[in-house]
Amino acid sequence: MTIIFLLIGISLLVALTFLASFFWAVRSGQYEDDYTPSVRILFEDETE
Amino acid sequence: MPTLLAPPAPETTPQLACSHCGDACPDEPILLPSQPELHFCCQGCKAVYELLDASNLCTYYRLDDKPGQKVKEVELPGRFDYLDSESVQAQLLAFRSPTLAKLTFSIPQMHCASCIWLLENLFKLNPGISSSRVNFLRKEVTVSYQPALTSLKDVVKLLASVGYEPQITLAELGAQPHHTNRTLYYRLGLAAFAFGNVMLMAFPDYFSFTEALQAGFGQFFGWLSMALSLPVLLVGAQGFYHSAWQGLKQRYINLDFPISLGLTALFVTSVFDVATGRGPGYFDSFTGLVFFMLIGKWVQQRSYDALRFDRDFTSYFPVAVTLLAKEGEKSISVKELKAGQRIRVRNQEIIPADAVLLRGTGQIDYSFVSGESVPVPKAAGEIVYAGGRQVGEALELEVVREVSQGYLTQLWNNPAFQKEEKASLETYANKVGRYFVALTLVLALGSILYWYPRDPQMALRAFTSVLVIACPCALSLATPFALGAALRVLGRRQFYLKNSAVVETLGRADTIVFDKTGTLTDVKRSALEYQGRPLTALEQQAVAAVVAQSTHPLSQRLASELQAISWPVEQFREIAGQGLSGTVAGVAVKVGSVAFVGLTSATEKSADTSDNLQSRVHICLDGEVLGCYIFRNVYRDDLRSVLNGLGRRYRLAVLSGDNDTEQERLRQLFGSEAELRFRQTPQDKLDYIAALKQQGRTVIMVGDGLNDAGALQQADAGIALTDTLSNFSPACDAILDAGSFGRLSTFLKFSQDCLQVVLATFVLSFCYNGIGLGLAVQGKFTPIVSAILMPISSLSVIVFATLLVRLAGRLNRL
Repeated sequence: MTIIFLLIGISLLVALTFLASFFWAVRSGQYEDDYTPSVRILFEDETE
Repeated sequence: MPTLLAPPAPETTPQLACSHCGDACPDEPILLPSQPELHFCCQGCKAVYELLDASNLCTYYRLDDKPGQKVKEVELPGRFDYLDSESVQAQLLAFRSPTLAKLTFSIPQMHCASCIWLLENLFKLNPGISSSRVNFLRKEVTVSYQPALTSLKDVVKLLASVGYEPQITLAELGAQPHHTNRTLYYRLGLAAFAFGNVMLMAFPDYFSFTEALQAGFGQFFGWLSMALSLPVLLVGAQGFYHSAWQGLKQRYINLDFPISLGLTALFVTSVFDVATGRGPGYFDSFTGLVFFMLIGKWVQQRSYDALRFDRDFTSYFPVAVTLLAKEGEKSISVKELKAGQRIRVRNQEIIPADAVLLRGTGQIDYSFVSGESVPVPKAAGEIVYAGGRQVGEALELEVVREVSQGYLTQLWNNPAFQKEEKASLETYANKVGRYFVALTLVLALGSILYWYPRDPQMALRAFTSVLVIACPCALSLATPFALGAALRVLGRRQFYLKNSAVVETLGRADTIVFDKTGTLTDVKRSALEYQGRPLTALEQQAVAAVVAQSTHPLSQRLASELQAISWPVEQFREIAGQGLSGTVAGVAVKVGSVAFVGLTSATEKSADTSDNLQSRVHICLDGEVLGCYIFRNVYRDDLRSVLNGLGRRYRLAVLSGDNDTEQERLRQLFGSEAELRFRQTPQDKLDYIAALKQQGRTVIMVGDGLNDAGALQQADAGIALTDTLSNFSPACDAILDAGSFGRLSTFLKFSQDCLQVVLATFVLSFCYNGIGLGLAVQGKFTPIVSAILMPISSLSVIVFATLLVRLAGRLNRL
């Protein structure tokens, strides 16, 4: 069962990358406005 | 005996709605030849439709029903010329390079999905615009354009032409961009990450069947949990330590002090346990508590981004004014005005600087600035103060003092008008925190003294356990969740508070002070009374036709009351401050003051000095004086019920910048106990409130204009009343929409109920603390007990607070 040490280590690494991506998302301003994207996503792309 | 007006003829034809803005179309709606099924109410709406149609932007009309805004009909040429000036551009643009210019406009008119769609498709209307992005909650749009292809002026002109003119006031010049505080999100993310992982690793400890495995991995998990908890202590819990330290520096113990104490004790005990191999430590409780408390802080931080609670007079002043230079007229920035320059101020424009009137007759409306409800007539040679709004013909003025040196602007810059830094909020939470600290220390020392003679090991354990359990984390969750829920309930009823602390102030208030003009009275309406020989319908129409030609507010109100049909008027003359005259269908009509209509004092009972005060308009047809219309202030419809509700529980007062003609009516409404003061300058209002506070009262001030700015700051809670949320309102703690004024009494009662909810939640969290303390002094406070008690107490307090506040809202019918 000593494999658990390795497994926990790897899963922590994966979790850390997710934390890093969360920080990146906050930093790039994705949480500045949490309402408008919900409206924007419903607009259709109009073909010219 | 005064007679009332004859009722107007009833409307028989139903009215079509404008396809653009939804307003009622005139009897002959304006049509588009290519699409006859559409109707428009005015040329402006039709022009916008044609513009959008030409650029293939009719999705605007599909996304929402009749989303347009009525465009201002008066399009003064050169209105945006000041935007060509380099200094103005430097102050408005956030970024500028030869290929890209970027800035953020505030457009409070946007209200729907169509608005968002159109504002993000601006590039289709002007190819020089490369992109535009809307932030709907803040009612802002960030536009990037290429300076080589288009200019700032063209961008603003485009926005104005589709009905979304940006709000550019003096405050926007040189304003700092809005920065949201992201630190909380980082901390929350970190705490959540640590909490989740530490909980997972703490799981084996809760079950006895994993004991064999745990023997092998226990140490590993313990060290790993400590490694994960360390950043939470250093970064995540920073806010609490910082706030506790700030409080201590001012010799003040707030709730964050016992929290910091408890968190430190938790962490140190856990490190000790893990390092000496004694057990797993309390890291799961530690990270969990920090996580919950950070959520509490996040809930407390959510507020209304689109509303600004900190506007000062610069938001009220326009950015540009028409300068009369030797070369002709040009539009320049108000900040560049110097003494000696000549400017032109037109109807409905605000006078930006103290100036001497050169040409034109002034009717200056100071109602927002000083509270006087009747425009002040000014003749050539008189000085006119900045902040008033001209109503009537265009004026030529010579500037005497620069904008920042103006008499009234000096007043608003007065430090007494700024809110004092309330570093220490004397909230219930902080009061309780102090008792908590005292109690905790007493109990902790007591338990040491008890255990030391018996079992020294247990003494240490008991001591730290007491410190840990006494951490008032549940307590610190009660206030943000309860008051945050209260904020949302009130916001749904158009009463927007600056932050949750205002709820507490509202609940503890005992005195309410009202402003009169604009707050108690509805300035858009007037009650008309007619004294004299009754007019026939024809005579009324003749009078209405004449008054409709004038822009004076009294004339406008009279015209709308009499429902003027536009009959042609010949030889129309308006003498400002005196009256109007004209000939309608052969009848000579004169409307105005006593002297103007040619009355001698013998025939008129009341002295002519009361003319201005009561706003009497005399009617004279073909030389015969028939009677007069008396304009009375119209008080808001629900005022009586509001005062009935408030009068019993609060002491009331009225501070008015107007004269005292309304004293009797106000006395009737407010009762004999209330204090009524008139002719108050803004400084007088401020002093009065300060005096009340000196007496130890908690004061709420309700006002609407700049003349209340100082009083609103001085009061414990300042409420700005407004008819339109996107208009200017002075700096305050809460914004109340005029439509919800009738519920003021209910709102205040609800705030009081919320305070009781907070106290009830305190009691609940005390129960948990009590149980925990009982276990702690016996030395039975193990990590398992902690792991169960902490989350349960936190979650139950959160749920309890939120549900109780919602219940209070429902019981108050909010």
